[in-house]
Order: sequence, then C-alpha cells, then structure tokens
Amino acid sequence: MSMTMSEKILAKTSNKKKTEAGEIVMADIDVAMTHDLTGPLSIESFNKIGTKKVWDPSKIVIPFDHQVPADSLDAANNHIIMRKFVAEQGIKNFYDVNEGVCHQILPELGHVVPGEVIVGTDSHTCTHGSLGAFATGIGSTDMAMVFSTGQLWFKVPETIQFNIEGILKENVYAKDVILNIIGKVGADGATYKACEFAGSTVANMSVSDRMVLCNMAIEMGGKTGLVEVDEKTLQYIKNRSTKPYTVFKTDTDSPSLETIDIDVNELEPQVACPHNVDNVKPASELDVEIDQVFLGSCTNGRISDMREAAEILKGKKIANGVRMLVIPASKEVYTKSLNEGLINIFVDAGALVCNPCCGPCLGGHIGLIGPGEASLSTSNRNFKGRQGSPDGEVYLSSAAVAAASAIEGRITLPQ
Amino acid sequence: MKGKVWKFGDDIDTDIIIPGRYLVVTDPDKLAKHCMEGLDPDFYEKVSKGDIIVAGKNFGCGSSREHAPLALQGVGIGAVIADSFARIFYRNATNVGIPLLEAPKLSKVLEEGEEIEVDMKDGKIISQKGKEYKFKKLPPFMLEILEKGGLIPYLKEKG
Repeated sequence: MSMTMSEKILAKTSNKKKTEAGEIVMADIDVAMTHDLTGPLSIESFNKIGTKKVWDPSKIVIPFDHQVPADSLDAANNHIIMRKFVAEQGIKNFYDVNEGVCHQILPELGHVVPGEVIVGTDSHTCTHGSLGAFATGIGSTDMAMVFSTGQLWFKVPETIQFNIEGILKENVYAKDVILNIIGKVGADGATYKACEFAGSTVANMSVSDRMVLCNMAIEMGGKTGLVEVDEKTLQYIKNRSTKPYTVFKTDTDSPSLETIDIDVNELEPQVACPHNVDNVKPASELDVEIDQVFLGSCTNGRISDMREAAEILKGKKIANGVRMLVIPASKEVYTKSLNEGLINIFVDAGALVCNPCCGPCLGGHIGLIGPGEASLSTSNRNFKGRQGSPDGEVYLSSAAVAAASAIEGRITLPQ
Repeated sequence: MKGKVWKFGDDIDTDIIIPGRYLVVTDPDKLAKHCMEGLDPDFYEKVSKGDIIVAGKNFGCGSSREHAPLALQGVGIGAVIADSFARIFYRNATNVGIPLLEAPKLSKVLEEGEEIEVDMKDGKIISQKGKEYKFKKLPPFMLEILEKGGLIPYLKEKG
C-alpha cells in the first residue's frame, strides 16, 4: 500500500506493516526532549504517575535554553529541580546553561537521525523533520507518559506536500518562503497535518534552510514538518551521529497526500505583521518604525543567519534609538561567529551580543518590549504580548530584512 | 455543568491564555492571575467557577505549554466551546481534565454573559432562553478521562 513518510515512520515505530491517516497508533519514542521552561511541569506529572525510573535515560535529552542564565529565583529553582532529576535518573544528554537552543543543539549534537519519532515539550519540535524524522511538540502530561512508558499514542496525520519550485531572488530566503506559505494557507490551514516540503527549491536548500521551513509548520497548525532525506541530510548527520537510521520516502500516490504547488520565482522578502503569523505582507509595502531588532531563535539563529546579517551590518551603525539583540542559537554557532569575525561586526554596529538562549522570542527572559514599542524579530511568533507588553507589536522577518531594518530604524529591504 | 459565557474571537493563542513571562510557576492558582490578561486584565476577577469560554476557530494555537489549560482551570473555566481547536492544546486540555467541545457554529449564536448548561453525555447545550444546541459527543474513554479529572488520575484508577 502506498504511504507517506509520516505513515511509514509511525508504522515502523508502532511495529506495524502499515498505517493510514486517521488511525490511532501507539508508537515507541526514539528521542524525548524537555527543557527548563516546560520540564518542571513534566517532572511534576511524572512524579504524580508514581513511576520511580524513566523508561530509558539514554533517549531523554534535556537542554536549558529558555531562561539561561536564570533571571529570577523561580527560574533558578526550576533549574535546580531539573538538575536534580537529571542526576537521579542518570540522564547523560543534559546540556546546562552553556550549550544553546534545544532545536539547534538536538540536530547539531547528533540526537536527530532520519526515521525516528521525536517528541519534545516545545511546539517547535517539528523542526527536526528537516532531517527526515517524525517530530512533534507535546504537553507535560504526555511527556510524563513517555518518561514512564517510552510510548505515546498518535493519530496518524494526513499530509500536505508543499511542492516548492523556482529560484529564490537575491535577499530572499527560506524564511520568506515559509512566511509566504503560512500567509496563503492561514494559521489553521494545516491543522493536525504533516507538512512536507518538497520540490526543486527545497532540494537546492541547505539543511539549515530546511530547518526554517519545518520549524514554522506549527504556525499553520501542522503536526510536524518534514523534508525527504537526500545527500545533504546524510552529509549533515555523518559527523554528528552514530545512531542507526532509516530513510523513508513518500509514495506520490498515497491516498492521504494532498499537494499544494508554490512558485517562488517572483517572491519578495516577506514580513508577518501583528498579531498573527498568517498576517503576511511584502516587506516593501510596510512603513513601520521599529524600536528593537532580534536576530536569533530556533528559526533563524544559525550561522547562515549570522553571516547574512553581518554582511549587511559590516561597517554600518544601527539607527539611533534602535536596540539590536544578536543571539547565536548555540555554542557552535557562537564560536563560528567569533572565529569568522561576525561578533566584531555586530558589536561595532552597536548590537548587543548575548549568550545562546531563546532570548526575547518568548517574552519571558531578556529583551522584553514595552507598551507602544515595535520589535522586528527573526523568530517564529508575533502573538499579542509575545515579546513583552500586550500593547507592543512584533513583526517577523528573515535575518537580512532584520539587519537592513536595524540600520534604517524602520522595516526596509536589504539593498 | 452550568456557567456564564465568556466570548473570544478566532486564533486565541497560548500567549494570550498565559504569557511566556509567567511560565516559571506551575501552580494553577498563580497562573490564573494572568490568564487572558493581554485581552482583559480583569478576566481573573470576573470569572466564576464553572464559567464557559466560547470562541472562534483555532483556539489554543501556538505553544505546547500545559500551563495554558492549567491557567484556565485555575480561573475556574469549566469548559471551552470553539469552532475548532489547535491540536497540542486539545490534547493538553483533555489530559488535565478540561472539556473541549468542537462545535463550529455555536460561537455565532451564543451570547456573552448568558448562562448555558452543557450536557456532555447527551451532547447538548441548553441556553438561558431555553434553546437547545446539539454537538458531536466525545467518545466514552474521553468522557471518562474528563470525569476522573485528567489522564493521570484516569490511568491510576485503571491501574
């Protein structure tokens, strides 16, 4: 029977020959990730279940990224709870305050390989489908079940395959492609569906760019984002992971597959405007003054983003009255940025360079915006109050638009 | 279950339900104080136990934070009726024991402040004016999870 990648992965991990969309399966979990913000609640639920030991400590990954270093007593206490749990349960894949953003370090440090089922108590866990895994965000009670049993039930999703064709113009990036798609299908346009990104544009993209696409699948309601494995995927995991992997491909005649064609030849830089990610407009149509620029996050905090922004900021100054936060998403990205001289460029331009963390994205740690302020951010959500005051505004763009706009003090196109 | 209707629009996201800066605590009573504050800073004070949220499409979109259904529970919300729900929120709310009813047209007919009675078992809502609306009943195992107060108490009882 013809099946999609998601159906094949869920069939394998639930020990079945086949599955089809709509079916409920109990799948074995390959990787379970929780972090410092949603971890304490997961541990609380795990303790309520009463199981003494987690099912397999080697399959649990715990990074600290949302509130690092701790910015309050509550955050410090959460870190203590998590460290204690890590020690008690013998969890080796623990990354304290110095490693970086969960969705960046999981693939970087070899925790993600094709064909796995990966769950995380973070909605952007869908990022990891960029390496051909079935990866999805779950809540704390579900994570407690996983910690206890190593399994979780799933309703096998239908698949939307975005067939992306065309050559991106200069200064147009994966972020513009995904914002454009979300603008077209809407914030609930892919609810509970697997979003596969295919076509020649995706084939030509780097793994980093594919992560951007998959990362934002949740912003249209997607259960997961996926890209088929190719040479680039295998090259990426080659020196990072020794785990066995399985490559699955979607059969084009799968009954649960819907295809949407996207032509990107004429695409311009895009911006998501307040207060919904599907409120997408071409950057050229906007006339918006900004108070803060954030370059970073699990969407666009990779070395390619740092390079794109640095190229634009080199020898320039950030506009008076604008503050810019640059947050490389991991230690690896930070070190590369240092070695390539990018950090100097950011500091010379007047930006603040912070330690790898989620930063202002969630409005719960550093860089909050006040009432009446506007933030231009390379992250993934612009909900009302997302980055601080509910009377502030958040706009989302690529790293290039963010850097060019920091210089002008208003949303503008890179030259 | 009986309660007053609080109406909200489309795409009510988890940052509205409980903003990121309050996620450092897990106690539903503490979370409750900030529930929906971006749209209505006094929501916490106005809601009575058992009240019901009626919203448009895609309720609960965004984050996987289980603090969102816990905050609603802390405020005393007895159920949420919406045109549609985001899926992670749907699972989380059921897991902590908040009934969610997907009923695509009710947000157009139910009015803010009116008292309604929700009969989960029969799949019907009776309004103050005596009007009756049907919705698709939840499967028995989900009703049982909700009756026990969530997935963990349900599983503990099952042994």
